[in-house]
Amino acid sequence: MEWLSVKQLRDKIKNSEISSVTATKAVFKRIAKIEPTIGAYISTFEKSALDKAEEVDKRIAKGEPVGKLAGVPVAIKDNMCTTFGTTTCASKILENFYSPYNATVIEKLLAADAVIVGKTNMDEFAMGSSTENSGLKRTINPWDTSRVPGGSSGGSAAAVAGRLCYASLGSDTGGSIRQPASFCGVVGLKPTYGRVSRFGLVAYGSSLDQIGPITRTVGDCALMMNVIAGYDPADSTSIDEKTAPVPDYLEKLDEPIRRLKIGTVPELNAGSDSDVQKAISGAIEVYKKLGTEIVEIEMPHFDYAIAAYYVIATAEASSNLARYDGVHYGHRTKNPKDYIEVYTKSRAEGFGKEVKRRIMLGTYALSSGYYDAYYLKALKVRNLIRGDFTKAFERCDCIMMPVSPTTAFKIGEKVDDPLKMYLSDIYTIAANLAGIPSISVPCGFDENNLPIGLQILSPAFSEDKLLRIARMLEAQTDWHKKKPVIS
Amino acid sequence: MSELQYKVLVGLEIHVHLCTKTKMFCGCELSFGEEANSRVCPVCLGMPGVLPVMNKQAFEYAVLVALALNCEIAKFTKWDRKGYYYPDLPKNYQISQYDLPLSANGFIEIPLESGKTKRIGIIRAHLEEDAGKNLHATGNFSQVDLNRAGTPLLEIVTEPDMNSAAEVRALAEELQRMVRYLGVSEADMQKGHMRFEPNVNLVIIKNGKEYKTPIVEIKNLNSFRALERSIEYEIGRQLERFLESGEVMEMGNKSTRGWDDVKEVTILQREKEEAHDYRYFPEPDLVPVELTEQWLKDIKSRLCELPIKKQMRYVNEYKLSDYDAGVLTAERATGEFFDEVVKADGEPKRVCNLLTQVGLKLANEKGCSVAELGVKPGALAQLAKMVEAGEISATASTTIFEEMVKTGKEPEIIAKELNLIQKSDAGELEKIVEQVLSENPKAVDDVKSGGKKSKKAEGFLLGQVMQKTRGQANPKVVSEIISKKLS
Repeated sequence: MEWLSVKQLRDKIKNSEISSVTATKAVFKRIAKIEPTIGAYISTFEKSALDKAEEVDKRIAKGEPVGKLAGVPVAIKDNMCTTFGTTTCASKILENFYSPYNATVIEKLLAADAVIVGKTNMDEFAMGSSTENSGLKRTINPWDTSRVPGGSSGGSAAAVAGRLCYASLGSDTGGSIRQPASFCGVVGLKPTYGRVSRFGLVAYGSSLDQIGPITRTVGDCALMMNVIAGYDPADSTSIDEKTAPVPDYLEKLDEPIRRLKIGTVPELNAGSDSDVQKAISGAIEVYKKLGTEIVEIEMPHFDYAIAAYYVIATAEASSNLARYDGVHYGHRTKNPKDYIEVYTKSRAEGFGKEVKRRIMLGTYALSSGYYDAYYLKALKVRNLIRGDFTKAFERCDCIMMPVSPTTAFKIGEKVDDPLKMYLSDIYTIAANLAGIPSISVPCGFDENNLPIGLQILSPAFSEDKLLRIARMLEAQTDWHKKKPVIS
Repeated sequence: MSELQYKVLVGLEIHVHLCTKTKMFCGCELSFGEEANSRVCPVCLGMPGVLPVMNKQAFEYAVLVALALNCEIAKFTKWDRKGYYYPDLPKNYQISQYDLPLSANGFIEIPLESGKTKRIGIIRAHLEEDAGKNLHATGNFSQVDLNRAGTPLLEIVTEPDMNSAAEVRALAEELQRMVRYLGVSEADMQKGHMRFEPNVNLVIIKNGKEYKTPIVEIKNLNSFRALERSIEYEIGRQLERFLESGEVMEMGNKSTRGWDDVKEVTILQREKEEAHDYRYFPEPDLVPVELTEQWLKDIKSRLCELPIKKQMRYVNEYKLSDYDAGVLTAERATGEFFDEVVKADGEPKRVCNLLTQVGLKLANEKGCSVAELGVKPGALAQLAKMVEAGEISATASTTIFEEMVKTGKEPEIIAKELNLIQKSDAGELEKIVEQVLSENPKAVDDVKSGGKKSKKAEGFLLGQVMQKTRGQANPKVVSEIISKKLS
């Protein structure tokens, strides 16, 4: 049963072939067994999950209408606010923080009758690429317990790959959905900026953050998007549906795009491991056989993406994280001398190393005298990168490249070298800077049997098309059917 | 003794609370005097994950004031974050406007004692959110009340165009009158709806050489009186200080002084302008505001004749005294009611007398505006006409006005009912005059002899006639008869 897709399980629950309670109990049984190894969850909600499952089962028994995710156990990254349990962002500073409100996506999941199993581990405040920056616990990769699950949504990806839930939500500021999806052999979509409400998502880099699904199949990704996409009056940066209507992402999913033109950037791919290169080429071969055209494109400003990203994201983070000061909520230092010490000590004790590093970087970049040289310049680079994409999409429908230059690396391998860690985001951050959607879809394995993801990028608000393109590969390959063996 | 002249320079930084229904970026109602932290929500508390949504009414109010201040209105304006740590600032940044304020380059006309007006330049006016309040209770802790946090605040910065304490007060009062006319603020200084922070310094000419004293910013001003007195004090203090030390304005020697309302002195708060680095950057959670022609037109249509214009019109067109014109324009309702009565053919000076001497007193007793006394403009115009025509005495008009408010009856009816119509029938009055003259030969002699006593005696005779007619004789007609008889 745990191998069913969201859609399959949902249909079986709706048809009363399987009860949601049975499915939910099975998930918790598996959590009891495997979670100690994987460490995907920061918190789980067995009681409220079973209550919800029971309620959905009852409504189905009575013939009442149920939502699009009726009775399906799902997980959410612990940076989305919930009125149940804590919302920690995997930080000591929010370890005991209880949100008084639900994020918009949580309301949407609940309205769709999803059963929320738990909240997943992540890099603290979503800052990281391996989930090793969690201030609360360690998560491993279900494919290899000595390796990282990727990050920052490592818990969400590991939970889906490890069958500790059927689907999950992650957040992606510079690759935080796609990279762990790629490392864990599942599907991860970062939607267009503004497509999914950020209200209730604890902000890291506000102009880059976007919530998206992590699932086992492209179809489940489309189904999750049907639930979470749309305008939210509480988020001024979400796009109204008159400007960009929200389609039914499942409707034409199995229809291949005719006369598809795929853009590739050969010199970019050259920067990744040979196994990764091979897998990407292999995927493109699959598309070629389907009669698509391959266009070589140029991304002249791609090289500057990492630099621009780490200025913009950290600048915004330095401001976004200013509120964690020990005054209103969260960790407060014991016996402060004065209010200045409430700030300095609470923050020194509550934040981890990487968070402090990024706050300092961002504070510096925004300081008077440096603003023009760093922040303003980064914004200019951002515009140039947007321009690169606009130009590229005049010649092709989508762009394909690796998600990450490597497969999942060893735990501890890069923790002492932040720059090396930052470089693992090289392929993913451009989509965030440009605000365009991007998906990671399984496309092979390396010599160590570690999954590899193909990244597909498409123009803003073309998620429907993007999902169809990803589905074309999935329909032709069995990569997504391979299962990690965890004892 | 050396020759010494000096000129005072004052510029103001002004904060005005806008009386919108809800706060600047959330749905909380504005609060004054409610229980601490009872008018708050996750957004104005700065909880993790919240996002601001701009209050359109606040924006429109701000534009309305900017229009009244003759400012250029920006077609495109954006929001910025101003970062600083203080316990009353929940996010540790304030959403404000930095390089693209909604308006700039305006002026305000202020009334001078001479009856003329003076133009004071406005550098800019922009919108921001207010902070909360720190409460310093006794004991080893402080408390924070966030009811005020997020209240829409219009910041107005003037040029240093004011050259005396009286001018500063005039501007403050004019601005108060203006925003009340526009209905955008209660503008009560005691309640902190309006806060003024003057920047004061002197240009001293000594022995033909020009010196500028260091700029002092004065804080803690809770009344117009305090505002005026603090500047007067500061002028004296700066002059004395200059003569003692010769200290002049330099980079970084601006200081902040607090006004002590009891001792009536300013006290040093901050010696040197701290090197504030607010690390401004564009607020990524809000979209810029584009003010369309139509929208601006809609806002413009809500402008009214401004009080200073009204006041000047009353002086120039109706030849009212500056004082009376000031009284009539202190509140918008009074001026507008006055205009209506004049429009209904009431003679302006008579109407002014009725309103300033009777109407405002009655309105004050009832706690309403003159327009709400229940007297129609036409009826009051009629009353004014009756006085003008000599049908009733000025004293009687007071009684009639009071009765009009009480009963709602027409003035003619009241005059008849109360027997207040003046006797103007010359024939009838002549008999009475003759009687009085024959009864008072001494007075008659005094009048006839002319000289000092003549005027007094004439008044006495008039008084006797009035007494005999129980005040119902038209004094003008009686005077004429007496003069005729005794000439």
